[in-house]
Formats: sequence, structure tokens, C-alpha cells
Amino acid sequence: MDLILSAIDILMRWDVALALLAGSVGGVLIGAIPGVGPAVAIAILLPATFSMDPIVGLTVLLGIYGSSMYGGAIPAILINTPGTAVNALTTYDGYPMTARGEPRRALSLAYSASFFGGIFSVICLILFAPVLAKIAPMFGSREIFMAALLGLILVVVAHRGQALIAGALACFGIFLQTIGLEPVKYTQRYTFGQDFLGGGINLIVVVLGLFAISQAFVLLTDEDEKVRMARLRGGMFQGLRELAHHPRVAGVSAAFGVLMGMIPGVGEFTAQFMSYTYAQKTSKRPEDFGHGSSEGLIAAETANNAVPAAAMVPLLALGIPGEALTAMMLSVFYVHNVVPGPGLFQNDMDFVVALYLALLVLNVLVLLFLLFATRSLIQVVRIPNRFLGVCILTLSFVGVYSLRNSATDCLMAAGFGILGFILKRLSLPSVPIILGMVLGGIMEVKLRAGMARVKEPLDFIDRPVAFILFLLIIIVLAVHILRVLKDRKELKEAEWQTKTSSTSFGSLMLRRRNSFLKDHGRKVRARHSKLLRRLTDLF
Amino acid sequence: MPSERERRFAGPRRGQLIFALIMVGLALLLLALIGEQTAWVQKTKLFAQPRFWPAVAIGGMVLLGGLHLYKLPWRRISRNDLREVKRWGQVLEFAGWFMGYVLLVPLIGYLPVTLVFMPLLSWRMGYRRPFMLWTSAAFAVAVVLLFKAFLSVKIPGALLYEYLPGPLRTFFILYL
Repeated sequence: MDLILSAIDILMRWDVALALLAGSVGGVLIGAIPGVGPAVAIAILLPATFSMDPIVGLTVLLGIYGSSMYGGAIPAILINTPGTAVNALTTYDGYPMTARGEPRRALSLAYSASFFGGIFSVICLILFAPVLAKIAPMFGSREIFMAALLGLILVVVAHRGQALIAGALACFGIFLQTIGLEPVKYTQRYTFGQDFLGGGINLIVVVLGLFAISQAFVLLTDEDEKVRMARLRGGMFQGLRELAHHPRVAGVSAAFGVLMGMIPGVGEFTAQFMSYTYAQKTSKRPEDFGHGSSEGLIAAETANNAVPAAAMVPLLALGIPGEALTAMMLSVFYVHNVVPGPGLFQNDMDFVVALYLALLVLNVLVLLFLLFATRSLIQVVRIPNRFLGVCILTLSFVGVYSLRNSATDCLMAAGFGILGFILKRLSLPSVPIILGMVLGGIMEVKLRAGMARVKEPLDFIDRPVAFILFLLIIIVLAVHILRVLKDRKELKEAEWQTKTSSTSFGSLMLRRRNSFLKDHGRKVRARHSKLLRRLTDLF
Repeated sequence: MPSERERRFAGPRRGQLIFALIMVGLALLLLALIGEQTAWVQKTKLFAQPRFWPAVAIGGMVLLGGLHLYKLPWRRISRNDLREVKRWGQVLEFAGWFMGYVLLVPLIGYLPVTLVFMPLLSWRMGYRRPFMLWTSAAFAVAVVLLFKAFLSVKIPGALLYEYLPGPLRTFFILYL
């Protein structure tokens, strides 16, 4: 109780209240505009929050992170375009409801489900905080190294079908982090004798380039879309009543969100996928899923809103961000010399609880705002794409230039913007680069510190937590390899089935004979014999 | 007709081969430079060597990037790949706009440059209606006031502001 009182004391300030309001309303607006998303907004606002108190700055950023998903449901339901990437599953059941004339029901259900997910996860984590405070000190250098490695591996293997390139991009991120003056032996690494590379490549520059500037480029080279919006009539409160009819789906989905959010590198998509599958399998009407099922909408929205609070756990307890948004927030801690990790949980538990309480208040504020202001808010969906691109490019300047007033930083950010644009065009992930940069730095420091105290490499995992994490890494890798082998087997089978020509010896000989008799076959043989002659002439 | 392997590939085909080739080429170049660009310190453990992490990172880029390249279902650069590279080149124009904006702010000032940049780029993007141009100008003023005047982000006063009379000069340097 004392803990909660001291946490409330931290929050009872006008600037925190303002931050809560700005974060919640701003986050909803940003989420509601397709093509912006919380990553762009947080990247732009990050340098501006450096001058604020940690609690104020983090409240704004957390507000945007937590409330953007509420806003993202609006275009997902009304125009079948998810406002943020994590609202993609909302379109499956939300838009069919709009199509059959129930946009108000879909929206109010989405808000209620999101609210339940958000509140459930915050309450879980406040109750869970004392346990975390006991577990966190068990994490020394070796354990943090192992957890960071596990997070990086999970991020890579989560990109199914793209794990190799995601791994290469994560390694590129680790490489970017090594550029500059190495802090222990004071040697230069990949600076090419250039002064501007001596200080290293700033994370914010990369983040702004990969998320904000690249998004501006995507929008600027895109076409404006014509939006046809459904009309909203009546109140928005019916969703709260409807949610009460599905406590099992909502509870399990929120639990999935909390669990998946806490595991670094997993996040919203897995939580949503698991809860949606669970809801469909246990539903009395599974055939409705994808055609406007209220249970499907509840599963998707509850799971994704339960993640933000849970995603703060690895960041606050171990100093390990699990995805790009929390990786950006880590820099706010570093700027204020607050080192997240076991120490924070032991010494500043009230700060941690204050953050969770802020999230709790935020969810209430967002719900109230949305229940009364949705009809005016939906107009932001109409902002044309290319005009948004102009706005993001202008705002990106503030983000990069205010860091060090350096035009070189801006040039580098523009370069990363082009890289991000290429990655988006190719549907390749840019998150592994950011996590590679952040986790690479943590791994370098922790491995050096951890190895200084061990005699043999195996001593590195002689502590229980380190050993469990090591086992988890082995299990994740083994599961991934098995999945790759299974995919390969399926591919071979599919290739075999789609083969139109027979593979029997007789048919093969028949095709060979035809090739010999046709003009094209003759040309190919002539070319081959010419090449062979040239080769034999060499000897 | 695309093969089963091509059909199962995650993402579009255009540009993939060129990107993978550039990625592996860059990684090999960095690997070739590792001896020159990083140091090996005597009497220091392997894990504490300054060269260790760059080697792990670049090694990973070469290995995983190389495997990705090997696993790609295409071996030849098609016309669509080249068209995609041209599309990548198109954004250089907007990168140029951005850099122009960056270089002009310290000379002319944050407010005046933003006030010209936003309507001009909106015009370039094809918006001709006065409403959109006025909206862009209003957005420019709002951005400057929010970030420089209200949030006090570090954007230095412009050279041009030095020519303004005393109190106005201070006001412009601090808030606009």
C-alpha cells in the first residue's frame, strides 16, 4: 500500500497530468491515421522528451504506445485499413461488421475489449511487481547477456520465411553499434578516419531514418486513396455490455497478451494469433470468424492492448527491450542516467509502479475520450497520404536536428530512410536492425563483464537462471530448425505434386529424343560443343 | 508460371536479388577491411578484444546474408529488378528536399524555412487547392511553435536573425 501511495505521489504533478493527456489524445490520433503509427511518432518525439523528467517523458511515450492501438482500430473497422500494424487482425471481423451496417457496435466493442486488455495487464503487473523485484536481482551479467541473446534470436526466428535475412539485418544492427571509439581499449572501429564516425552512430538517427523518414518516403511516392466512410449514429456504450457476455475469451486473450508481451521479441502478433486461434477453436460459432464475429474482434483487440504494459517488464526489470518501441524508450532512461535493470526494481520500485499507474489512468482517459469524440475523430482518416508524407518529413527534421544540431546526422538519417524505404518495398523487417543495435551493445558489455569472472566457457552457465536461459535458447533454435525442415519437406512434396511431366525413365528418354530432333535442341548442343572445344583447346 | 519455391517466397520478387547481392557484397567488403579498421590488443582475452564483436556481426552478415542469397529462388536479374532499383532512386529527390531544408534552417531560420518548405513540397506533390496550401502553412507554424517555443528543443538561431534589431533578435533566436 505504501508503495502505491508513493507511486501516486510521483504522479501528482501538473506536467505528468499534461503528459498523460497529450500522450493519450495524441496516441489515439496517431493511431487513427493510417500510415503514421506509434513508431514514427515516438521516433520524432524522442529527442523532445530528453529535456523532460524521466517520468514525464516516459508517460508521453507510453501514452502514445498504449493508446495508438485504440485509435488504430477506427480505420481498421471503418475502411478496412489498419491504423497501426497490430490492428491488422481487427479488420478480419471489424470490417465485415461495418459492411453489414454495424460500425457503431464494432467500434464500441473494440474500445471495450482494448480497455479490458489494457486494465487487465496493468493490474496483473502491479500485483506481479513484488515477485519481479525478487527475481530481477538473480540476473547478473551472464544472465542479462543470455536474455539479450534469447531476445535477439526470438526476434529473428519470429520472421517466418525471412529468418535468414532478418538474422543478417540483426547482425548489421550489431555492426552499426560497434562503429566508433571502443570504450575499453580506446581503439577505433570502422571509423575510416572520419571524425563524425568517431562518436559512433546514434540510435535515434537510425530509428528516425528507418521508421519516420522511410515512412515519409513511402507516403510521398504513393497515391492518395479515396476514403468512403460509414456514418456513425447513436452512443458507443453498448460494447461494454456485450463484452460482459464473453468473459472467457476476453480473460484468456488478455492473459496471452500479458505473457507474450513479457517475452522479449515476441509481442503483439503472436499474442493476437494465439488468442484468435483459441477463441475460434472454443467458439460455438467458429464459422463466423472472419465474417464479423464479435468474439474474434474481442480476441484481437484485447490481446494487442494487453501487450504494452507487459512489454515494459523486460525493459524495466532487465534493461532488455523486446521490440522497437521499448528499444526507443530505453534511450530516455540512458539520457537521464537512470539504468533500467535489477537495480531499478530494488531501489526505485515506486517509479516502476508509478509508470504502471500512469498506464492505468491512460486507459481510462482514452476510453472516455473515444466514447465521446469518435464521431469527430474519424475525420483524421481523410488526411491525404502524400500530405502526411510532407508532414512526417518536416517533423523528422526536428527529431534528428535537435539531437546535436548536426547536418551529418541528418544526412545519415536520410541514408537510413532510403534503406528503410527499400526494406519496406521488399517487405523485409527493419526491427531486427534496431534490436541488433540495442541488444548488441548490451551483449558486448555483459559478455565482457561475465567472462572476466569465469575460468572455462561452461562456467558461464553454471548458475540456475543462466542455465535455464541457455536451455531456452537451445529449445528455440531446435524448434526453429525442426520447423524449417518441415517447411522444406512440405515444399518438396508440393513441388513433386505440381510437376506436370512424368519422371519415369521411358518418358525421360522420350523427351531427350524430342530435344535432339528440335531446332532449339540443335542450337543448344552446338553452343555447348563450341564451349567444350574452347575448353579443351586450353589444354 | 512461377515455381512452387517462388510462390512460397515471403514478399515480392522485384529487387530481392539485387538487395541480397548488395548486402553480401557490403558484408564481404567490411570483412576484408576488418584487419585495417579494428585492432587486436595483446594480452587480452578473446571476448574483450575490440575486434571480437565487429567480427561476430560481419561474420553473421556474410553467413546469413550468403545463405539468404543462396536460398533465393532466382539467379538472374530481370527487367523488373532494374525497374525496382529505379523506384528506389526516386526517393533521392525527397532526400534532397530534406537535406536542402536541413542546410537552410541554420542560415535563414526555422520558422521562415518551414513556412516555405511545407507549402512548396505540398505544391510539388500536386496539391494546388488554396485550402491545402494554407493548411500546410498553418501546420508549419504549429510545428515551430510546439517544438521550439513550447517544448524548447535545441534548434539554434539562424544567421539571418543576427541582422534583426535587439529585442526582436532575442525573441526570434529563442522562440522561432
